[in-house]
Amino acid sequence: MVKNRFLSVVMALVLMAFFTSGQLFSQKASATSSSKQTSLILATTTSTQDTGLLDVLIPMFEKENNVKVKTIAVGTGQALALGQKGEADVLLVHAPQSEQPLVDSKDVINRKRVMYNDFILVGPSSNPAHLSGSDIKTAFKKMYTAKKTFVSRGDDSGTDKKEKSIWQSLNIKPSGASYISTGQGMGATLQIAAQKKAYVLTDRGTFLSQKKKLGGMKIIIEGGKDLMNIYHVMQVNPAKHKMINSKDAKKFVDFMVSKKTQTIIGNFGKKEYGQALFIKYTE
Amino acid sequence: MNLLVDGLLKALAMLRSGDNEIITIATLTAKVSLTSIFFSTLLGLPLGMVLGLSKFKGRRLLLTFINLGMGLPPVVAGLWITLLLWRSGPLGQFSLLYTPTAIIMAQFIVSLPIIVGLTCSTFQQISDKLLLQIKALGATRTQTLFILLKETKIGIFAAIIAGLGRIIAEVGAAMMVGGNIQGDTRILTTSIVMEVSKGNFDIALALSFILMSAAFLITGSITFLQQRKRNA
Repeated sequence: MVKNRFLSVVMALVLMAFFTSGQLFSQKASATSSSKQTSLILATTTSTQDTGLLDVLIPMFEKENNVKVKTIAVGTGQALALGQKGEADVLLVHAPQSEQPLVDSKDVINRKRVMYNDFILVGPSSNPAHLSGSDIKTAFKKMYTAKKTFVSRGDDSGTDKKEKSIWQSLNIKPSGASYISTGQGMGATLQIAAQKKAYVLTDRGTFLSQKKKLGGMKIIIEGGKDLMNIYHVMQVNPAKHKMINSKDAKKFVDFMVSKKTQTIIGNFGKKEYGQALFIKYTE
Repeated sequence: MNLLVDGLLKALAMLRSGDNEIITIATLTAKVSLTSIFFSTLLGLPLGMVLGLSKFKGRRLLLTFINLGMGLPPVVAGLWITLLLWRSGPLGQFSLLYTPTAIIMAQFIVSLPIIVGLTCSTFQQISDKLLLQIKALGATRTQTLFILLKETKIGIFAAIIAGLGRIIAEVGAAMMVGGNIQGDTRILTTSIVMEVSKGNFDIALALSFILMSAAFLITGSITFLQQRKRNA
């Protein structure tokens, strides 16, 4: 009896060992079968993932070049930091002012303009601060003095950097109960703004792709010249960091600015949202 | 409430349609969690056993650290592992960051203290009289081990179930060291986080139902094993 019971314990462990070792083995087998496949780490912003653009482009690139792309979707600040530390091979980001220092320090090379969309201020359709027009600075000031709630990304992303630069140009250090900092991605921040009936600065792409899930939110300010949101792709410099896959990184940069990809970017979202989420904009 | 029903229906539809992506995510989740629990059991059981039965200097301090480890926040474990696995870090040359192996490492670290700690307390509850009796009856080392394992079966399974629960619930570390890469390191919990941030609450709910059903199956079979004696 004792042995029987003990056996059941042993059996359970053996079964588990079998299962796991089998899995490990199959993992190893698949790894060797595709041994020629290289992998490329792409650090990018949440907006390119949340809009679904990368779901279209990455599989194409992987198929054409027999490479596995590991997409790490984080804020632009973190993506740039990963590039600066040499933890990523290629970057796709949207904060030109913060990208420049990395270009100057030669942490990144081969930087190319890819596309743009624009930042917009969205808010509840009741528009409690009565904002209008296209001048974002006036709108920010009016909203702040009226103490209407504003939701900030607060995650050092491209959008967050844009927002901070607007406050800075107004010499305002936003604080208090009407200024909410989420520390999360664009999608999550839009959800929070919708729940709190607050204003929020967003890129047009993410807003359009999520609009139907954000009840009662509409575009309040758009089209100002300060609101352009430009995306650049760049390689991490293999001469400055070790283990960089610069061969595929270069291919990725070429891929992003190629005519074919640019056409896909220009058409992305037209069918579903009635307008393109990004506008092709290569040099 | 409608959303809840929608989520449930969506989960069923996703499973029935044999949606490739969801199958990949679910298999990977099972693979990763079971591998982690296998290794932490393999190491945790003997460690807990030794710790529970022996007396040595510094044992209390060690136990304090293990008990502290039971509450180790996964993101902290994730952060440490990230630093280790960075290309510029000590284990950088193995390119393990953003791989399923990295997730397994994180889950191993958060579940090991639970298994060690709970196994240890189970073994400490064995009465000294029993140990003495076993010795008096002249049992060999192997025989002693069998008897003790039988004696502590319920506690050991409880330790494994608790460890597994930690692993299944874990998301912060998997996000950090795995990167939620599609088809590679995207597991059920990280995809739930992603779908929520995309505003796809129905898909997120569906995924949560799938996760909970899988957890029910696994935990259920272990619980069954644990409670077998009672029915016999």
